[in-house]
Amino acid sequence: MSLLRRLLPAPLLSAALFLAWLLLARSVSTAQVLLGLALALAIPIRTTRLRQTGVSVRKPLVIIRYVITVIRDVIASNLEVGWGVLTWWRRQPDAKFVVIPLDLRDPAGLAVLAMVTTVVPGTVWSELALDKSALMLHVWDAPDEEAFIRRYKQRYELPLKEIFE
Amino acid sequence: MNASFWVEALVALLLVLSGVFVLVSALGFTFLRDFFLRMHPPALAYTIATWCVSIAGIVYFSALGDGLAMHHLLIIIMLCVTVPVTTVVLARVALFRRRMAGVANTPPALTPPHGSDSEE
Amino acid sequence: MSPMLNAAIMFAIGCYALASLLVLYRLTIGPRAQDRVFALDLLYIHAMLVMLVIGIRHQSDIYFEAALLIAVFSFVSSSAMAKFILRGEVIE
Repeated sequence: MSLLRRLLPAPLLSAALFLAWLLLARSVSTAQVLLGLALALAIPIRTTRLRQTGVSVRKPLVIIRYVITVIRDVIASNLEVGWGVLTWWRRQPDAKFVVIPLDLRDPAGLAVLAMVTTVVPGTVWSELALDKSALMLHVWDAPDEEAFIRRYKQRYELPLKEIFE
Repeated sequence: MNASFWVEALVALLLVLSGVFVLVSALGFTFLRDFFLRMHPPALAYTIATWCVSIAGIVYFSALGDGLAMHHLLIIIMLCVTVPVTTVVLARVALFRRRMAGVANTPPALTPPHGSDSEE
Repeated sequence: MSPMLNAAIMFAIGCYALASLLVLYRLTIGPRAQDRVFALDLLYIHAMLVMLVIGIRHQSDIYFEAALLIAVFSFVSSSAMAKFILRGEVIE
């Protein structure tokens, strides 16, 4: 167990590296598979000190549902922001800074939250309080601030709390 | 080396969509007035335009060659990981520089600095 | 390559060119430095999209590598520039 743990400190990272290598090489010949395996074994061991260790990821079903939610929201808010730009002369969206109280504390979870917030158009991650208790976003169109905060926490933060904590 | 009609129609539709989205994002980026408003439209180019082109590439090269050609997924994953870093740093830059310059209606810092003289 | 796909590719590249001109305009007038850095980042993305579309046009996989490299360079250069205008130093 401990030998396996030392050889494979981050199994998920190794699997991701292996898959990425095969995609990049665009072949599944023996040589590429061996090279990919070597890289997938060597890189996590050599970069232990660069990474935050002890990240535990649970509940694969929640992860899949979260990814689907994010993809759907990206498409929906793309249309919303694009339409808002095109009809700017008629109606200007209610853009403002919103401060959101945070419950999530895990650094990896916060990194994923920052990624999701930036990738979904209509929200820009602007500032995180030093003690990670609050977060400031710039929102494209938020007529009802309370409803936006409730929706954001329920949709994006709650699943991350389940996955990472 | 020819793909069927429906594959080409799908690829053409995706490419046209990506062109339209990139144009809308550039319009928004160029003509909106405030910097934070201007940060929203480029996300269209980073997300849906790139997704459309990548999916078009996956469909087209899978139909041309034998087997799935999934390597265009790497572009999507790569942009999803790298673009937030640049965007978040730029948003912080804008807030920091506005506070330094004393621009009106800039929100105060969430963590107030301890004494103005210890701040660098 | 059917005429339909060819027309779609021409339309997409035309849109990217027009969008790049608009962003270039913002790059030249951008009131603050952060506008210019953001515009440069967006220009990189447009170049990457053009590479991907040209790859489909010529039915070649070589352009994919170019697109991936442009994405990497875009990340490195714009995050370095953003860091520079944040503090005035790249490495603290």
